[in-house]
Amino acid sequence: MTLPPTIRVQREDFDLQAEVDRLSKNNPGVGAIVTFSGLCRDDGGTLAALELEHYPGMAEAAMTRIGELAIERFGLLGLTAIHRYGKIAVGENIVLVVAVAPHRQAAFDGANFVMDFLKTAAPFWKKEHSRDGAEGDWVAAKDADDAARDKWK
Amino acid sequence: MTRLVYFAWVRERIGKGEEEIDLPSSVVTVTDLLNHLKTLGEEYESALQYPDVIRVALDMEHVEHDEPIAGAREIGIFPPMTGG
Repeated sequence: MTLPPTIRVQREDFDLQAEVDRLSKNNPGVGAIVTFSGLCRDDGGTLAALELEHYPGMAEAAMTRIGELAIERFGLLGLTAIHRYGKIAVGENIVLVVAVAPHRQAAFDGANFVMDFLKTAAPFWKKEHSRDGAEGDWVAAKDADDAARDKWK
Repeated sequence: MTRLVYFAWVRERIGKGEEEIDLPSSVVTVTDLLNHLKTLGEEYESALQYPDVIRVALDMEHVEHDEPIAGAREIGIFPPMTGG
C-alpha cells in the first residue's frame, strides 16, 4: 500500500521511532526502512546553535513535491520528511527523512534523493550562532550540494 | 498592489520581512523587478547587488529571472537555500 508523503514543518522536535512505526506498522509490503536524521553540529567547537528560517507555505509545498517525486521515481511505499525551524542548539535534530520500500536500494535512494533536493530546493536558511554569543553569518550555499542534486538528473 | 516577502540576509539588508508595493508597468520580468527594487534605496541596492545569486518565487513557485511576473500576487525574494 503506497501512502502519500507526510510532510511537516515544525518548531518542536520529532520522535524518530514514532515516525518509523507510522510508515511500517500495518504496511506488510514494507521490507526496508531507511531513516536520515540531520543534527546541529558544533563545527569544531565554535558553534552553539543554528537559527532556521523558512518560507511558510512554500516550504511545505516544495517538500511535498520532492516527496511525491521520490515515491514515484523509486517506488516507495511511504515517505516522511520533517524539517524544524527556529533556534536549534548543538546536538538537537534539524531534519528527519524516513523512506520505506519493499527492498533496500529503493529506500536508500529515496531518502538520499529527498535530502539532496531538500538542501537545494526547499526554502530554508541557516544562520550561525557562535559559542562566544555572537550572532554569526548566514550559511552559504555549497556547490557540492548542487552537484549532489544534479546527479539525479 | 503586489506583496513582496523577503527572507534571510535579503530580509535583513532590506530591513523588513514584507511589504506591498505598486509596480510600474515597465516591470515585466523578474530581472526588471530586481532592477526596479534597486532604485528604491541603499538598503535594496545592498540586498540585491549580486542579482545572479538571488532566488525568486512567484506565488511560492521558484522561477528563473527571465520569467514574466504578470499576475503574481506574492513574490518571494531570497538567497540560495541552505536547509536540510
